[in-house]
Amino acid sequence: MATETITQEIEPQSVESAKEISVIEQKAVESVKEVSGSVALLEALIVEGVDTIFGYPGGAIMPIYDALYDYSEQLNHILVRHEQGGIHAGQGYARTSGKVGVVFATSGPGATNLVTGLADAQIDSTPLVCITGQVFAHLLGTDAFQETDVINITTPITKWNYQVTDANEIPEVIAKAFYIAKSGRPGPVLIDITKNAQIQKFNYLGYTKCNHIRSYRPKPIVRPQYIQEAAELINSAKKPFIIWGQGVILGSAEKEFKAFVEKSGIPAAWTVLGAGAIPTDHPQNVGMLGMHGNYGPNVLTNDCDVLIAIGMRFDDRVTGRLDKYAKQAKVVHLDIDPAEIDKNVMSTVPVWGDCKETLPMLTALVEQHDHSEWLQVFADHTKQEVESVIHNELNPTGEQMTMGEVIKHLNEITGGDAVIVTDVGQHQMVACRYAKLNKTRSNVTSGGLGTMGFALPAAIGAKFGAQERDVVAIIGDGGFQMTLQELGTIMQSKVDVKIIILNNSFLGMVRQWQELFNERRYSFVNIESPDFVMVAKGYGIEGRSIDQRTDLVPALTEMMNHKGAYLLEVMVTKENNVFPMVPQGCSVSEIRLK
Amino acid sequence: METINQKQEFNITVYTENQIGLLNRIAIIFTRRKINIDSLNTSPSEIESIHRFNIVITESEEVVRKLTRQIEKQVEVLKVYYHTNQDVVWQEMALYKMSTDVIAEKVSVERLLRENGARAVVIRKDYTVFETTGHREETDNLIKILQPYGLIEFVRSARVAIIKKSDGFNSKLREFERLEPGEDVVENEYLNKGQKVFTM
Repeated sequence: MATETITQEIEPQSVESAKEISVIEQKAVESVKEVSGSVALLEALIVEGVDTIFGYPGGAIMPIYDALYDYSEQLNHILVRHEQGGIHAGQGYARTSGKVGVVFATSGPGATNLVTGLADAQIDSTPLVCITGQVFAHLLGTDAFQETDVINITTPITKWNYQVTDANEIPEVIAKAFYIAKSGRPGPVLIDITKNAQIQKFNYLGYTKCNHIRSYRPKPIVRPQYIQEAAELINSAKKPFIIWGQGVILGSAEKEFKAFVEKSGIPAAWTVLGAGAIPTDHPQNVGMLGMHGNYGPNVLTNDCDVLIAIGMRFDDRVTGRLDKYAKQAKVVHLDIDPAEIDKNVMSTVPVWGDCKETLPMLTALVEQHDHSEWLQVFADHTKQEVESVIHNELNPTGEQMTMGEVIKHLNEITGGDAVIVTDVGQHQMVACRYAKLNKTRSNVTSGGLGTMGFALPAAIGAKFGAQERDVVAIIGDGGFQMTLQELGTIMQSKVDVKIIILNNSFLGMVRQWQELFNERRYSFVNIESPDFVMVAKGYGIEGRSIDQRTDLVPALTEMMNHKGAYLLEVMVTKENNVFPMVPQGCSVSEIRLK
Repeated sequence: METINQKQEFNITVYTENQIGLLNRIAIIFTRRKINIDSLNTSPSEIESIHRFNIVITESEEVVRKLTRQIEKQVEVLKVYYHTNQDVVWQEMALYKMSTDVIAEKVSVERLLRENGARAVVIRKDYTVFETTGHREETDNLIKILQPYGLIEFVRSARVAIIKKSDGFNSKLREFERLEPGEDVVENEYLNKGQKVFTM
């Protein structure tokens, strides 16, 4: 059991003689000191390894902020401009660092502004601990100033939440919060602390990390019999197909996954959130799944004989019409969350467990195989897609630039080493399709919830989570205007993020649907934008807007070489569509190339 | 396949920690999917600090299976089982308030009450309260019988159900308290496809 006492370094394991024990006891007595709930909270964060907090103060969280004043050297607090920006930054931080994102907000409106981010983190399994202030306990339920029932509002969109009304609870509750947020299938946790508990002094006995909750089994024990069955199925398959999701990244199982892919020789495709777990140019990486995914992976899902799903949840944007999805295939499903197995797609062999454990067991049992003929089928499909879609998107002959060519040139300049943060819409799909990712934890996007406005604040967090890496946010003109106030955070905290706005003067994805399915009835998708460069300048951020192809490479180079934040607006074709596309209600094999 | 898609009554048994807000956390798993809870009983179990929910819904087994997994996923839920009515012994308690005069006057009423296994809980000058326990049809039937004689008030409890096949929860709890769960706790439905047990 990991016991960490902050006030004194006491390790019970090292105690050998009775004499030493008495010294320890004496120290323990000394270590009992009166601290406020706020101090206990910050001490807890330090033991949990937190280095960055994204937050915004307010009345009900003032005692915590007062305590934070003395902790500014250990805890880097980033003042955001809106709590939604704070929580998306926390998400970005968690996604690039693999650590738990920490967010502070006050009661009432501060807390309700977290809702979108909590829902986003819940559906995308992002580990967060959000601390909200709350009115004094004696005022609960009286409609006090800035009182809102945060616990009940956030219950469906948190993995766990809890209201603290007594400072004595704080160390244990925070320990549970971190344990729950990061273990098993990760998720957001919200702790609501009443103001009296923040102020209240109590006998602080130190902080012990949590590693067991009796009603909670984050990590199942793997049953070898199912590994055996899965391996037999895989070994006998003629056309096996791996589809992987973010579970590989969340489980830090990239190496184990790569070993499995390479030994088995099976083609592998990814969901949007799984991107980058193995490099884009890995010979067995056959591309992206889903509505705007690649042609081969979609069509051949309905052609494979064994479908091996790893750390993914068969989202409807991945499966298309479910009753026509991979019906011919036997399905092996590896997942840590038992509620995901057999939820959308019935499995033939369920492998319930942490893929960091299950993948090596499976790799040991699968035979080395040459699936080059089957890989060639994927290559043939890729060729078809290149001819009808990709080539034109990346090398357009029209006067106006395409989103795809921006990503292509960005790839050339970054070499695929940058963290790519995307918002939601056409640019997101284009970026996910074409961005080159060499490393894991390089793709930060709002997958499940599809939160416009996610990218700018998430990029801020992503940079704090991976300081040594370049972070490029790719955002549409619509989404940027949802959270552009975070330029203020970038200015004040000097966050070195590169921002590319792909401006098509439309809410492009909705427009595309209106064009394809609503007879071009363009209902409120025409969006006007301010002079983004001037807005950036107002925040002291360098920027440039281009609409000529000849400026593209120089502008991208200038942006990447610039020290500090930079905003590049690229005017792109107004009415371009993202293809291929699996129209809603269609099977993956009915994917359209135009 | 047909039976799995046919709607019928299911008894969902949930063992949980005693935690504020957990009722809401469980209830919204149903409401989110627009599923009505027919009956809900929550009370302390035979083990201190552990509560037992009995939830009755009318749904297909496939839906119920997915729901139980979502419930069991909640941090403070220890275990969830689901059973058809055939797999459980269940009771509901009902109270009937009648005018004492009517009962005293009409011999037939006394007989009817006796036939239906009702027992007087309170007898006052102005009214008498009877109690029966049984299945829904039985308690419903007595309402019909008493209605012509001026039933003043009626209330029925939620259903409580005991699982015919279970060995109880006492032994399992000890497993839960251990850091490394034993075989018994690790079992889950896909791993034990033969049995209709869903546990974690």
